[in-house]
Amino acid sequence: MSEVQEKQVFSLPKCMKDVPTHFCPGCHHGIIHRLVAQTIDDLNLQDTSICIGSVGCSVFIYDYIDVDTVEAPHGRAPAVATGVKRARPENFVFAYQGDGDLAAIGLSEIVHCANRGERVTIIFVNNTVYGMTGGQMAPTTLVGQKTTTSPYGRRESKEGYPLKMAEMLAFLEGTAFSARVAVNNIKNIIKAKKALKKAFLVQLEGLGFGFVEVLSACPTNWHMTPLEANERVEREMMEYFPLGIYKDKLKDKK
Amino acid sequence: MDKNRERMLVKGNEAIAIGALDAGVECYFAYPITPQSDIPEYLSRELVKLGGEFVQAESELASINMVLGAAACGKRAMTSSSSPGISLKQEGISYMAGSELPAVIVNITRGGPGLGGIQPSQGDYFQATRGGGHGDYRTMVLAPSTCQECYDLTIEAFDLAFKYRNPVLILGDAILGQMKEPITRWKQRTIDPNEANEWKLTGKKGREQRILKSLFLGDGEMEEHNMKLWKKYKSMEQDLKWEEFSVEDAEVVAVAFGSIGRIAKSSARKLREMGYKVGVFRPITLFPFPYEPLRKLAMSGKRFITIENNTGQMVEDVKLALCGVTDTEFFANMPGKVSTPEDFIEPIKKMF
Repeated sequence: MSEVQEKQVFSLPKCMKDVPTHFCPGCHHGIIHRLVAQTIDDLNLQDTSICIGSVGCSVFIYDYIDVDTVEAPHGRAPAVATGVKRARPENFVFAYQGDGDLAAIGLSEIVHCANRGERVTIIFVNNTVYGMTGGQMAPTTLVGQKTTTSPYGRRESKEGYPLKMAEMLAFLEGTAFSARVAVNNIKNIIKAKKALKKAFLVQLEGLGFGFVEVLSACPTNWHMTPLEANERVEREMMEYFPLGIYKDKLKDKK
Repeated sequence: MDKNRERMLVKGNEAIAIGALDAGVECYFAYPITPQSDIPEYLSRELVKLGGEFVQAESELASINMVLGAAACGKRAMTSSSSPGISLKQEGISYMAGSELPAVIVNITRGGPGLGGIQPSQGDYFQATRGGGHGDYRTMVLAPSTCQECYDLTIEAFDLAFKYRNPVLILGDAILGQMKEPITRWKQRTIDPNEANEWKLTGKKGREQRILKSLFLGDGEMEEHNMKLWKKYKSMEQDLKWEEFSVEDAEVVAVAFGSIGRIAKSSARKLREMGYKVGVFRPITLFPFPYEPLRKLAMSGKRFITIENNTGQMVEDVKLALCGVTDTEFFANMPGKVSTPEDFIEPIKKMF
């Protein structure tokens, strides 16, 4: 009998700590953290990365990704990232923010950071709710969606419409890359990874601001099983938040 | 002419900007507001010439958080504003205190509350000396009274910020920011690339990951952190500063800070010409407050009058200093009013 040759094809990214996360079962943060970590490894950025943590479920990012990290006040990560990048332009600088953080309380900071074309990369996790605080209505909550602060469903007449950040930021001259991706299936995970790489590369090549919005499931606050939540991402979210690349100066450069 | 001893005729605001340059400021982020806009105007020109970073931020919130980011990288970073703008910065100042990040924050105060006006006021004393934002923290507060002191104390503020890993406030006002005086420039710009080696973020190459944060959720962590901060704030007393002017034989001592302290000195001179033995005690560090030096003066039997350009804020610290020995009279000079030495003569005379 011939010996079976084993080849390892999957492992923990080098810059990811081998610890259990605090995320709920079925939450997509873990997958997104992993993709970010893989991209850091692929581009060999662990030694030079400075991460900006934000407020929300992702606040413990420094417990999982092994890079230098500074914690920003709620919504201010793009301003902190600006300060870090201006102070240390030789470093790779990225921030990881949720939807309440980025699209509500930090809307001004993200828009101006993108518009200045800061050489930073922002990963934006959109799960249509405030997760950490218990599932309140977010600026990305879909019309009709019930949350703890929109108990009758979000009404366009009173609460307006969910913000489409990937499209909004793509419109700004300073933005070099903007995309919306999802991690609900293998195909989308592969696309998400490619988009992350480009959002990293536009910074490394000095082209401008890099942005990736990731549609994400929050089974706990959606009151769904992990599988139902994963299906909702495709069934309800993608209809209003279409996946795609909205700006790509890397491609334009070629 | 030796550049180290260059004499210049400048505004208080410019003296602060020049002090920051000579102290080695590398990153300055700000938002325009009267009466301090000379500072961003000066530094957007001169700091950028020297290779430093200036961003006119979209808001006061953004500017203080840019400072937070640059400070996390161990850079000498500064922002400046005036009262309403400083209120907006309090969130970031609290986070910086919690994360133990050094920076210099300049407040050229104006009248309030609300939009108030652009006239002078010392109405931000409580906000400056009691932390100002949420949480149990303090920032060191330096109160200059001349353009020279604007320059000197800005340089010192950077050193103190790094010594304690804590934000340091310069508390001036519209009089000081807008008046012109000669200053002597005594320091040449130097940048020490190693002063934050123990904690700054550079990327983790060759060492363990560093985390700069103010979130402490673990059992006992926050208690321990607050204890550490409290000890640090107590230790700042080693850098107490104050000025005593003609106090030795004085029967009455006026206690006043900043521009009012300086005006009170003129009043004291005039009163002495009239035969009244008047001195002035001028706190320069407002936090920590020079309680003991003031108490010592009280022990020798002097009487006190506190004069402020507000309705009574520092007077509470003066009362604490004098507690059990004597008390202080208080003269309120309303925010918005530019005082003259004559304004204080009658209230002080009444003490005799």
